[in-house]
Amino acid sequence: MNTPWSIDAVAHGRRGQHLFATFLVGLGFAMFVASIVVPGVFGQVPWSATVGAGLALGTVGLMAIGVFYLLALSYGGDEPGIRNDGVWFRGLQNRGLLGWFAAVVFTTFYVVLYWYGEVLVGPIRALDPLAQLMTGGPADRWFLYGTMYSALVLVFGVRTGLRYRHQRYQLLRTLSVVVFQLGFAWLLPYLLKRLHQPEYYVTYFWPLKPDYAYPPGHGGYLFDAGWVGAGMVAISALLILVVTPILTYFYGKRWFCSWVCGCGGLAETLGDPWRHLSDNSLTSWRVERVSIHVVLLLVLVTTGLLWADWGLGTYAGQYWLGDYASGMRSWYGFIVVSMFSGVIGVGVYPLLGSRVWCRFGCPMAAILGLQQRFFSRFRITTNGGQCISCGNCSVYCEMGIDVRDYAQREQNIVRASCVGCGICAAVCPRGVLKLENGPVGERFELADKPLSALLEALGQPPLGDLRPPSSVEGHGRDS
Amino acid sequence: MKVVIIGNGIAGMTAARTIRKLNRSAEIVMISGESELPISRPALMYLYMGHMTHQQIQPYTRRFWQKNRIELLLGWVTRIDTKRQVVIMADGSEVPFDRVIIATGSRSSRVGWPGEDASGVVGLYGLDDLAALERLGAQAREAVVIGGGLIGVELAEMLLSRGIKVSFLVREQGYWRNVLPEEESRLVTEHIRAHVADLRLGTEVNQILANDQGAVTGVETSDGAQIPCQLAGVAVGVQPNVALATASGLDVRRGIVVDGRFQTSAEGVFACGDCAELRDLNGRVEQVWYTGRAQGEHCARTLLGDNTEYRPAIWYNSAKFFDLEYQTYGDVGPEIRPGEVHFVCQDRERMVRLVADARTRNVIGFNAIGVRLRHRVCEAWLAAGVAVDEVKDVFPQACFDPEFSRSFGAFEQMGET
Repeated sequence: MNTPWSIDAVAHGRRGQHLFATFLVGLGFAMFVASIVVPGVFGQVPWSATVGAGLALGTVGLMAIGVFYLLALSYGGDEPGIRNDGVWFRGLQNRGLLGWFAAVVFTTFYVVLYWYGEVLVGPIRALDPLAQLMTGGPADRWFLYGTMYSALVLVFGVRTGLRYRHQRYQLLRTLSVVVFQLGFAWLLPYLLKRLHQPEYYVTYFWPLKPDYAYPPGHGGYLFDAGWVGAGMVAISALLILVVTPILTYFYGKRWFCSWVCGCGGLAETLGDPWRHLSDNSLTSWRVERVSIHVVLLLVLVTTGLLWADWGLGTYAGQYWLGDYASGMRSWYGFIVVSMFSGVIGVGVYPLLGSRVWCRFGCPMAAILGLQQRFFSRFRITTNGGQCISCGNCSVYCEMGIDVRDYAQREQNIVRASCVGCGICAAVCPRGVLKLENGPVGERFELADKPLSALLEALGQPPLGDLRPPSSVEGHGRDS
Repeated sequence: MKVVIIGNGIAGMTAARTIRKLNRSAEIVMISGESELPISRPALMYLYMGHMTHQQIQPYTRRFWQKNRIELLLGWVTRIDTKRQVVIMADGSEVPFDRVIIATGSRSSRVGWPGEDASGVVGLYGLDDLAALERLGAQAREAVVIGGGLIGVELAEMLLSRGIKVSFLVREQGYWRNVLPEEESRLVTEHIRAHVADLRLGTEVNQILANDQGAVTGVETSDGAQIPCQLAGVAVGVQPNVALATASGLDVRRGIVVDGRFQTSAEGVFACGDCAELRDLNGRVEQVWYTGRAQGEHCARTLLGDNTEYRPAIWYNSAKFFDLEYQTYGDVGPEIRPGEVHFVCQDRERMVRLVADARTRNVIGFNAIGVRLRHRVCEAWLAAGVAVDEVKDVFPQACFDPEFSRSFGAFEQMGET
């Protein structure tokens, strides 16, 4: 039964329709590839703007219709509920041949986008009419990227919404990431551009978008854009310094990572089919704790160096720090922003799951995580002794948290990395997990202890602390 | 002290973990013939359906067992020599012990229908059943699942996920009606019907039909109908695995007879979990995951010298029927018994039932379908004997549904006042 995409559709005897839908997606993809290859062969874009626009519409349309068709085959007429049947049987989802193929496609696209952008001239020209409409100018590769990104979040947002439609938390969360991506990370920045203002993404701020806090003349393009830009910097500063701590205190890092953030948005939509590939070994946890804080340190140092250089230059007329500062900036941009968050972050979706960047690299997640771990009302509550140790929660945790390890020992889950997507609670077949906000101090209690509650109620002394000596612990419970 | 645990199901693995928790020095060996590393039995269905891999249904990693110095031994035990204090393995080797725990669990019950031994008849209990399903399911296009209980519905879901057409035979007039009250049973039955087109209620089995090669060809029901199938899933309950205990000369009735400290008839030999029969509790045999865990933990304590007698805690259980979750706490029978009042809050796809003592008005049980309840709250209310009217007023406190879930309506009293 190693069918490539949807075991369900085949099971229901709709192989023909299934093949047709897959063919539509393939055709759209082939058109996309052709729109890149043909101009490369001719040395120029051989079609008119109108044909180009038609090509763009056709590509997006075919792929979207194909995906929606597949979704209709998989979920249409089906009862709402968790449908992970055959996830580990499909090559696309179990690191099989198709999975590797997808990873190569994603990675290649990012490499081309970042370093060989001119190759994409076909698709870029095809988006010119749309870009004219939105930004008042021709498209560039970042417009192509932003548009593709948003389209993927929208199309696969429909998939995520369909899959988890039985839980309102999931529906609202999915709607939220789609709206934030389309509205605040696509429409608004381009409209600002049309109004001759800096391209400003209100949902990204330092340290995820470090340039916003870089000094004037040092890559801080908002500062370079006069008073409006300075206003945008002020908004960003307010968001990271005031809004973020408050929201994270009340709701945990999820308010950002799985409700607002664009990286999270892509992970929750396009990345959802691969969430089970996130490694939940102890080794991964050890690596992630180091790497994410190293990146945070790097962005702090880079930003600090740039400001120091700016200060020295402005007030002391000294420029000896300049080379180091700008060197740091370009290395950070190359290694962390381009390689890590882009090429690796999305490229390895089909191999290592959808949150590799969020987990091992994102400095914003690092800050939010520290706060969530030490100063937040958020936790995942374990429902007394209900856990049956099945492991669905651990498998489908996109952050690679071994949720079961806590749940089966009746402990609440308070982890820096948890983005609060809530899928552990959705896939749990026994209703053991619940994301909730409550008093900070109570989060670490050995979860709900029904036996003690019972004994106390019966007027007997509770059993005392049943916590095992550290030798019997699994992972222990640390950030 | 050397403790040997025979069986690595939830009772056995909990006993092993608990002994290590309380005693750093004991030598612990856990033997299983099924798999070296313990697995979660309730997760077997997810392995078959491709939700998880084999390694992922292991609750604890190899590293965990090593770190806690619990030795895992793969092999079958044929006999325990209680005098010489050795466990005799199928390959003839011997494992000495100071104390031994038998946690051999249970096995799928058989009814004795003609054709029951045909190839293509499977149950769902362990990894070998899954292997059989994998083998048979590859050729089967149609299957009949017999047994309207917890395992039957899992089997039906599993086979459907592989594109096999399922006929689901339920003896009672509603799904699990011998356990669930009418309203709950009806709700679940309708839900199952949305997944299994051929659900036959009130249907018993006459015989299982097989061809000359001894392979299943169909199931004949009590009304004479013959349902063709290449696979018959039988899920009519489980019975304790007592062969080892019998061979070792222990006192065995339905299960392995134990006292309140899980001590069998032989000194130093304990038994707990599905295979144990609790002599002092009217020969009760508890056969769900949660009791296996509770017994395993208690057995470990008494083995280490604690003299407290096992007292079943407030009952709870849970299940999932396709997409519908079920939880129960306390005492809820399939009918409204004399001296009880029931209150139900219900809509199309979910319901909660409160059972109260008619005289004291105290709440004595909860049923929830399609609704998640908070274990601690329900259990505290049951333990303290809170008045049902108060429970109704503050019921949202017991709700464990995900955030933004729809809130509840009012409770209505069932039956006559």
